[in-house]
Amino acid sequence: MIGTLSKPSGLVYSTVIVLLLIAPVVISLMEHSFYLDLLTRILILTIAVVSLNLIVGYGGMISLGHAAYLGIGAYSVGIPSYYEVFNGYIHLGLAIGGSALFALVTGIICLRTRGLYFILITLAFTQMLYYTFVSIEEYGADDGLVIYQRSEFGGLLDIENANTLYYAVLVVLLLSLYLMHRLIHARYGKVLFGSKHNDERMQSLGYNTYQYKLSCYVISGTLCGIAGFFLGNFTNYISPEMMDWTHSGELIFMMVIGGTGAVLGPVLGTATFLFLEEFLSSITVYWHLIFGLLLIALVMFGKGGLHGLLSRMDRRWEKSQ
Amino acid sequence: MMLEVKGLHKQFGGIHASRDINLVVEKHGVHAIIGPNGAGKTTLIAQLSGALKPDAGRLRFDNTDITHMSRHRRAHAGLVRSFQITSIILPMSVLENVMLAVQSTEGHSYRFWAPVSQDAELKEKAMQSLSEVGLGNRADQMAGEISHGEQRQLEIAMALALKPKLLLLDEPMAGMSKEESANMIELLKQLKGETTILLVEHDMDAVFSLADTTSVLVNGHIIATGSTDEIRNNAEVQKAYLGD
Amino acid sequence: MDWHLLISQLLNGLQLGLLLFLLASGLSLIFGIMDFINLAHGSFYMVGAFVGATVVSLTGSLIIAVVVTMIAMLILGVLVDILIARKLYGQDHLDQVLVTFGLILVFDTLAHIIWGSAGATIPLPDVLNGQIEIATFVMPTYRLLIIVCGLLVALGSYFLVTRSRLGMLIRAGASNRNMVTALGVNIDRLYLIVFAIGAAMAGFAGLLIAPITEASIGMGNEIIIIAFVVVIVGGIGSVKGAFYGAILIGFIDTLGRSYLDDLLKLFLSNQSAETAAPALSAMLVYILMVVVLVFKPEGLFPPSGFNKK
Repeated sequence: MIGTLSKPSGLVYSTVIVLLLIAPVVISLMEHSFYLDLLTRILILTIAVVSLNLIVGYGGMISLGHAAYLGIGAYSVGIPSYYEVFNGYIHLGLAIGGSALFALVTGIICLRTRGLYFILITLAFTQMLYYTFVSIEEYGADDGLVIYQRSEFGGLLDIENANTLYYAVLVVLLLSLYLMHRLIHARYGKVLFGSKHNDERMQSLGYNTYQYKLSCYVISGTLCGIAGFFLGNFTNYISPEMMDWTHSGELIFMMVIGGTGAVLGPVLGTATFLFLEEFLSSITVYWHLIFGLLLIALVMFGKGGLHGLLSRMDRRWEKSQ
Repeated sequence: MMLEVKGLHKQFGGIHASRDINLVVEKHGVHAIIGPNGAGKTTLIAQLSGALKPDAGRLRFDNTDITHMSRHRRAHAGLVRSFQITSIILPMSVLENVMLAVQSTEGHSYRFWAPVSQDAELKEKAMQSLSEVGLGNRADQMAGEISHGEQRQLEIAMALALKPKLLLLDEPMAGMSKEESANMIELLKQLKGETTILLVEHDMDAVFSLADTTSVLVNGHIIATGSTDEIRNNAEVQKAYLGD
Repeated sequence: MDWHLLISQLLNGLQLGLLLFLLASGLSLIFGIMDFINLAHGSFYMVGAFVGATVVSLTGSLIIAVVVTMIAMLILGVLVDILIARKLYGQDHLDQVLVTFGLILVFDTLAHIIWGSAGATIPLPDVLNGQIEIATFVMPTYRLLIIVCGLLVALGSYFLVTRSRLGMLIRAGASNRNMVTALGVNIDRLYLIVFAIGAAMAGFAGLLIAPITEASIGMGNEIIIIAFVVVIVGGIGSVKGAFYGAILIGFIDTLGRSYLDDLLKLFLSNQSAETAAPALSAMLVYILMVVVLVFKPEGLFPPSGFNKK
């Protein structure tokens, strides 16, 4: 353990985690609550990217519709609140149940297709959901809903408090990272990995790869739904725009910056994306240009994202030992 | 009998890839299928393994009708194939590839927690299959980094790990050097008796040194079945296949 | 039933369909021949609209605008192919999605820098600004022009694909990529031509619509998704498929929006019909796409000699 910690990647990741743990304290001392908001947002979206990384990085299923689950999770907070139901367990239950069901139903159909078709059919389902919410006048249609009160968890948690919300999200994130770590090294993960690289072979070995992929798709959707639940609570405002396909594209972007298929990649990717966004947009309104060029350069020249870079540094470090 | 094929038909556009194929593979021993390029060998294997659905005909395997059974079920029933183009998981180690096969025989793999790398029993069983094909010393290398001949051996090891009743081998000697072929023939001779083998092969020497029974496939149809000598001396076969 | 409304909706559907065809035909060929998913195809649509608007404001002539826009789009298409797209043909789909997503950001921001955030209008000359009356039916002259132009381009591409040597190669490439290489054709050049023509057609569509909707940043990002629906429904790699698919989607979308609530009222209460109709009509095209993908994945009008892979 100590050995892996002193590797470049170990150093970076452990520093990031320590920083995340103490951040609220430091920020409250500095009285810059804006940064706590930014960090909370990063953590929430990291959960979403972790879930995306599960299907893309390990399962080989490229979805261009993952923002749907952010929407489902957020509306699971918004709609009950609209009827003045503030019970957090109900909200969370709806987010989990709703996104699992959506993933199951669409997954059954999507997984009958492959490659480019899969990309487009996941997109199509998210568009359907998007237009569904656009057309429901009751819930604000295009304009969305304002959430006046965050989910209540009895006396257990008060997520109206920014620090509590932050730590709640952090705990869920760390748990999901640990789950991913266990999952990919367990039998289930090996089957996923195998079918990502050679689906036909896996079938001939006796695996019903369709079922394994479907279950993976549902796990991923559910986790992203939980991220959506936090996002709704965090922003206090939800709208169909959250499900726009360009947001699904951004999630993929974050994943690739961090390094597709690396457990901790999403942490680096999402943080880099959102910090860059914050920094660049403060110096120029044309920051999207830099983002676009960065993305193109990343794919053309920077294989493996930030995690790939760290692994290369690790190897150099190991040689020098 | 192990496998019975009755009236198998498969058509692609105007081409009859399989025409009324009837075939019986007896238990034990090696049954070979030979035929010139384009005779429909690959299509036949694909239908036997379940990758393709036949247009007409029945398949019986080990006293069960498997015509409509899915690929993964057939594998579990004991009908296991290897691929003509080496089909392994390249970014995994040799051992991990075989472990995947062993894992498949042990019930479902919806196990999310225990790391596979610490599963001693799984490893041991996989090592057994690897030693059986003579790859024991390659276990920790990446599957993408071993030689072509060794990758073909790995294919066989993965198939063996499934404890097959019938091993469908799709041109196991394809693309091998003389020496590698000789090794593979030795390996298959060892397997003879352990399991029934249906061997689809191009290499005549291999077929005649291994097969107990040989069927000849020409233009999607089986024109003759018999012992090696019978096939060698069959006039029709000589005309269609060996003659030129 | 109001026949005037029906006819005018049918013409609107046809107009939308033809615009979609201009986008989808190139997209479909790029998809089918180069195995390339180009999310940035909608950016060509936007750039075409902006370039057209600029030329009209400089010269006052719509005809010059058409010529200049076409040339500019061909050049842009060539540049994007050589600098970026060509390296990704047939490669990892995730990379294609990412790079073309990056291209959208680049094009949208460049448009913002060059033309500002307000968008640009194309004022129509008086000749085109009026209305045409046929019997008791009145329709804006310009909409008629869009339909005529769209049909002409469709006819032109039909002849290009079915009668020319280039068209023969395109068809061969769409149904079997390896065959074209085996024929000893300069495959890079064929790809370049297909990509540039695709860009030009998308730009032309943007120019055509700009006088009605005006050129705006991100205008291509919504329609490109519908164009992908057209490509899937029509059959990847087929210009004929893109045409029928586009017209079909155009009608479904337009007629769905105007008649679906009436139709639903036959089965549902008035109120629930009025709530459900807008959602359902916006979803109709996606539902169609899913149905096609599941039951006829090669599309409704696949290129001839389509091989199931």
